[in-house]
Amino acid sequence: MNLKSFAGGLHPPDSKHYSAGKAIERCPLPDELIIPAAQHIGAPAEICVAVGDQVKKGQQLAAAKGFVSVPVHASSSGEVIAVEPRLHPLGRPLPAVVIKPDGKDQWDTSLTGADPEQLEVAALKEMIRDAGIVGMGGATFPTHVKLSPPGEKQIDTLILNGVECEPFLTADHRLMLEESERIIDGIKILRKVLNLETAIIGIEANKPDAIEHLTTACVAHNIQVQPLKVQYPQGAEKQLIDACTGRQVPSGGLPMDCGVVVQNVGTCAAVSDAVRLGRPLVERIATVTGPGVVEPKNLLVAIGTPLQHLLDQCGGLTGDPAKIIMGGPMMGQTQLSLEVPAIRGTSGLLIFREEDLSLKNAGPCIRCGRCISVCPIHLQPTTIAAYARLDMVDEAKQQNALDCIECGCCTYICPAALPLVQSIRHIKGGIMAKRRKI
Amino acid sequence: MDKQLYLSSSPHIHSGETTDKVMRLVIYALLPATLLAIYFFGLPALSTLLICTLGCIGFEALSCKLLKQPPTIADGSAALTGILLAFNLPPSIPWWIALLGAATAILIGKQIYGGLGYNPFNPALVARVVLLISFPVQMTRWTAPAPLASGIDAITAATPLGEMKTVVSLTGKLPELANSGFMDYFTGNMGGSLGEVSALALLLGGLFLIYKKVISWHIPVSFLGTVLVIGGIFWLVDPGRYPSPVFHLLTGGLLLGAFFMATDMVTSPVTYKGMLIFGFGCGLLTILIRLFGGYPEGVSFAILLMNAVTPLIDRTCRPKIYGQVAQQA
Repeated sequence: MNLKSFAGGLHPPDSKHYSAGKAIERCPLPDELIIPAAQHIGAPAEICVAVGDQVKKGQQLAAAKGFVSVPVHASSSGEVIAVEPRLHPLGRPLPAVVIKPDGKDQWDTSLTGADPEQLEVAALKEMIRDAGIVGMGGATFPTHVKLSPPGEKQIDTLILNGVECEPFLTADHRLMLEESERIIDGIKILRKVLNLETAIIGIEANKPDAIEHLTTACVAHNIQVQPLKVQYPQGAEKQLIDACTGRQVPSGGLPMDCGVVVQNVGTCAAVSDAVRLGRPLVERIATVTGPGVVEPKNLLVAIGTPLQHLLDQCGGLTGDPAKIIMGGPMMGQTQLSLEVPAIRGTSGLLIFREEDLSLKNAGPCIRCGRCISVCPIHLQPTTIAAYARLDMVDEAKQQNALDCIECGCCTYICPAALPLVQSIRHIKGGIMAKRRKI
Repeated sequence: MDKQLYLSSSPHIHSGETTDKVMRLVIYALLPATLLAIYFFGLPALSTLLICTLGCIGFEALSCKLLKQPPTIADGSAALTGILLAFNLPPSIPWWIALLGAATAILIGKQIYGGLGYNPFNPALVARVVLLISFPVQMTRWTAPAPLASGIDAITAATPLGEMKTVVSLTGKLPELANSGFMDYFTGNMGGSLGEVSALALLLGGLFLIYKKVISWHIPVSFLGTVLVIGGIFWLVDPGRYPSPVFHLLTGGLLLGAFFMATDMVTSPVTYKGMLIFGFGCGLLTILIRLFGGYPEGVSFAILLMNAVTPLIDRTCRPKIYGQVAQQA
């Protein structure tokens, strides 16, 4: 196999054996669905229902506010029992609509699909936006914005991200195995919207079954499947573009600046549903996994399902949880509680026990240079982190701190256990704050 | 869920690499040379090794205590410095000079700058050079190898490099030993510093470190390559006056320096490109001192001088950052 890759990175144990062989299972509805108005990058949606309202599945609960925003929908039918701030995966209470499902799970009958061949590009984009489609790899950037590059940008390549380089996660892997028709249909719609021919699905070589399955399925559709070396962060947008096309996104720019749009394979499947069936994004696949989970699974989850409910479907906890992580172990966010709901960007729920954590005190940097050799952006993490510890904002900026993609390779490899990416994240905040002040 | 949860920003897993693991692996890599040194030079070598190692650990513990800092000897770096210092001394050096060396290495070479990670110069080499300048007689009184079992008392002997320098400066011609005895040089059966004599043992240790990815190949290859190429050019020009590159490679502290001293992470560049430049500089200076300098051996001076320019090399060898490309119009 001709494996492509990028320069840098590393290969942590992928730990996908917990759930890679488990077929997607539909998670039963919980007693309460907690649906936050902010589930995407950009302006939070504006809640347009009130306590006591009866809602159908797919009905709009909150309307998009501005261009970089998407609406939010009910993920099952039932009664709105509260509209109030609830604990959000971001770590603080944020406005949410709480629904008590009626158990019928009835779709809103006004939602109708269309044949994408018959629709104009503008109409397709509108359907994608109205369905609340966001990047489902975890970044949750509104998809219709990515599909609307300014006229002067020439886009010639669509890259589909099926890399899933985060250890433990297998949601995209299962989707590619079980739902390839929806993915391919979504790709064809995106190709039409972007008015281009070249579409490449990038998949890491640790998923040979998915590579084989999609290669066969894609032959008739002129879509390339590109096997990629198992190397974290192969699925980071910039690294994926480099691996698949040899192009680099200019520093401070976006993929469209080098003629590329990247979409996650899960997003493609959601786009297909949005257009063909008229169904908004109200459910997603999430991997519930980790040494702290009795029976790891890949679950099809209604948006708003509390994490505790997901765990209950997987046999519960094996011991006291020490870390609850939404997403993967390299870039996921730790959670305050299992009451937090799964949202559109929830690719996984990972539970670590105390004994699974690495809790070492940081020592002095011994200048071994490993953080530099693994940095996929080729920064000098130890230097930037040293500036960050001294709050030397300008010096950190000069070292291109803003180019850091926060993949975590530097912290992962550091023998001195220094929190390198954490320091860089901190100083990036400082650089942005200073920029706003000027 | 009564227990508290950990909240932290990502990543949430770690490679398991630690500083003490790095130090431990380097110490393992020095074991073959240590054992051979004890075999060739007997009890004096063993006692020098013990004095230097325990001395370094002791001085580091003492300095942490005096400065009210948390103890750092568990990271293994003091022990490593001690072993490397012993490797750079004549095997039967008086005990008090060895102890003074340990104090110099740890206190002046390392702790004074703030401890591990902050010292600009290789501590063991700082100590060696201080001792070489302060005690020129004792520091150049070499003993011929007298294997433990032989029962012979130590007899003084010159190092091949020292002998060469003397003979060349007197006669302008290479002595016989520059063209023969290579097998002894390879195994370590010659006069010299405690740990530098056996090319075989050092090579084994060095390759182990590269295989274990503790060090990268860049510094040793460019250091040794430079010595071989430049040494080779001189040899080709006048083989009666200049020794062969293989002689350069097997004698003196070149292999010890290239694999274990120049690769000290704290005092060498952090990028691969920088490491290549660093190694080249070490090799060039070594050959110049060996052939034209006042001392017979130049590895220590070469590495210390290159330590001094490491910050400059690091500044000029920043890697090319992803995305430094022209924006599409």
